[in-house]
Amino acid sequence: MSFWMIFKVAVRAISRNKTRSLLTCLGIIVGIAAVIAVMAIGQGAQTMMVKEISSMGNNLMMVFPEGRGQGPVSGGMGQGQTMTAEDAEAVKRELSHLIQGVSPQVRTSVQMMYASKNWAGNVQGVSTDILLISNWSVSDGRFFSEEEESRAARVCVIGTTVKKNLFEDEDPIGKTIRLKTVTFKVIGVLGSKGANNWGQDQDDVIMAPYTSVQRYLQRSKFNNINMMNLSLISMDDLAEAKREVSALLRQRHHLADYQDDDFETRDTTEIMNTIGSVTGLMTVLLTAVAAISLLVGGIGIMNIMLVSVTERIKEIGLRMAIGATPANILTQFLLESVVLSTVGGAVGVIVGVVGAEAIGAVKGWPILIQTGSTISAFLFSAVVGMFFGFYPAYRASKLNPIDCLRYE
Amino acid sequence: MYKVYAIGEEPVHALDGVSLSVDEGEFVAIMGSSGSGKSTMLNILGCLDVPTSGSYLLDGVEVASRSATELAHIRNEKLGFVFQNFNLLPRTTALENVELPDLYMGRLSMRARRRRALELLKRVGLGGRHSHTPAQLSGGQQQRVAIARALMNNPPVLFADEPTGNLDTKSSIEIMNLFTELSREGITIVMVTHEDDIAAYASRHIVMRDGKVMRDDKGEGGRKTTDEVAKLVKEALS
Repeated sequence: MSFWMIFKVAVRAISRNKTRSLLTCLGIIVGIAAVIAVMAIGQGAQTMMVKEISSMGNNLMMVFPEGRGQGPVSGGMGQGQTMTAEDAEAVKRELSHLIQGVSPQVRTSVQMMYASKNWAGNVQGVSTDILLISNWSVSDGRFFSEEEESRAARVCVIGTTVKKNLFEDEDPIGKTIRLKTVTFKVIGVLGSKGANNWGQDQDDVIMAPYTSVQRYLQRSKFNNINMMNLSLISMDDLAEAKREVSALLRQRHHLADYQDDDFETRDTTEIMNTIGSVTGLMTVLLTAVAAISLLVGGIGIMNIMLVSVTERIKEIGLRMAIGATPANILTQFLLESVVLSTVGGAVGVIVGVVGAEAIGAVKGWPILIQTGSTISAFLFSAVVGMFFGFYPAYRASKLNPIDCLRYE
Repeated sequence: MYKVYAIGEEPVHALDGVSLSVDEGEFVAIMGSSGSGKSTMLNILGCLDVPTSGSYLLDGVEVASRSATELAHIRNEKLGFVFQNFNLLPRTTALENVELPDLYMGRLSMRARRRRALELLKRVGLGGRHSHTPAQLSGGQQQRVAIARALMNNPPVLFADEPTGNLDTKSSIEIMNLFTELSREGITIVMVTHEDDIAAYASRHIVMRDGKVMRDDKGEGGRKTTDEVAKLVKEALS
């Protein structure tokens, strides 16, 4: 008998018992739908986080002075006083083959005032490279120039949150605001970046030349910086860049071989790896749960197929009597379970996709449905049918025609 | 041929040294009470079962030691079966039931298969009922569908196991007339029955008891009446 004929026989047998077939499929439908939905949600969360992390900066690498204090008191990360703006300039000068932008960063919290309004926030002292490094741009007005940076001009650009709180609808460009006791001229407004991954408002910021912040706001006798932001030409050179930055800084800080680094480098791949391993673990766990439900679905198919073989034992005997070979019988019942499971798989894919989109819409989660994983889930349902359908089909094929015909 | 079943502690000799040959074109009735071994005999002759020992040549070919697949091919190509309980596929039309043997053989095109099945249904007197399912047909009609199915692959031999066992007298006569017709056309028929009047349609009568052939008239003396058959059986078993 041709494969196509046996297929038609199998489909007909399934359609004869619609309720039972549907219930049998249900296990597979639930299993596949769960796999698809879980993977879509997991992948969506992961890509969103990765996207947000890369929006933090353009091939970003950060260097912090080590938080070592004097004597027994340790300062926090970035509180060490060993790193200076000159270090940043040296990195930019010496490592231009690896690094496209360097910005020192000094931070200070201020009360800012304009007219009758005031707002508390952070002023970031940075260099002109920061726009390139942080993938940011000015939406209104302009950023400060290198010339303003080198002469420590009292100019600043403000984030949209600061603008809203100090100026409301008024045009801030050219206005003078007071930071602590010093007046700064607003020359630009940064484009809105929104909240980052951790819910922190990235627009609640004022940027000014680091020279100006050091001179007018920190008024420190040291010229240390809190950190250095680097933008690599390519993330592929990360290891080399780390090595060279480290060598350069060790040399500049006169560290002997036995001394530890007095700085630390960070980059987004580390954060991404951490997030990847966390979401990856979640995906593995949830997929395992979904796979177990598929297993249960498969056992359901096997159960029903065994019942079906017993129920149709006379049919099997008759088919054998008129010339069906054991292989014909095996194929017939195997196809029946494979059709059941693949139909279940197809419905499961639809339910899974629709379900994932619905959950995403209700919860506001990003959903990413990958064609590859959808296809493999579908194929897996066929494998489940084949695996769990084999035993009943094999049993049917090994039956003796006389016993079947005599069966009551 | 010998066939031994191990049921309980004592082995049961369903066939205890049977030896016979059936020629082409014969219409054989195997008779005997239940447990006489007549059904076992039919199953082995019909390649549904194999003897425990001994040899069975079908059309000059040894089949006693064939695999399940080879036996299936032999049944499909050379043998037709008619059962007491018809054994039609439920919820399947008469036409599709008749087509079934050729589906396993795959000899004909779909159209030729359909044409042949329709011809056979007409032949057994069910011309207009090809789209009926077994549930919509009477017992006699169902058995006629079964006969049409048995003839689908043009087998030289037809096996019938109590073909009228579930039928009323009128239907039984119709079915037996059909068998007689087929026999005249040259098809070899081997039929198991315990009814004398049904056996009277056959040309050769074999009476069995306890796995042995008690009497085989070898078709001598032409057709017998019911009474003559009854006498033959009585003599054989006394």
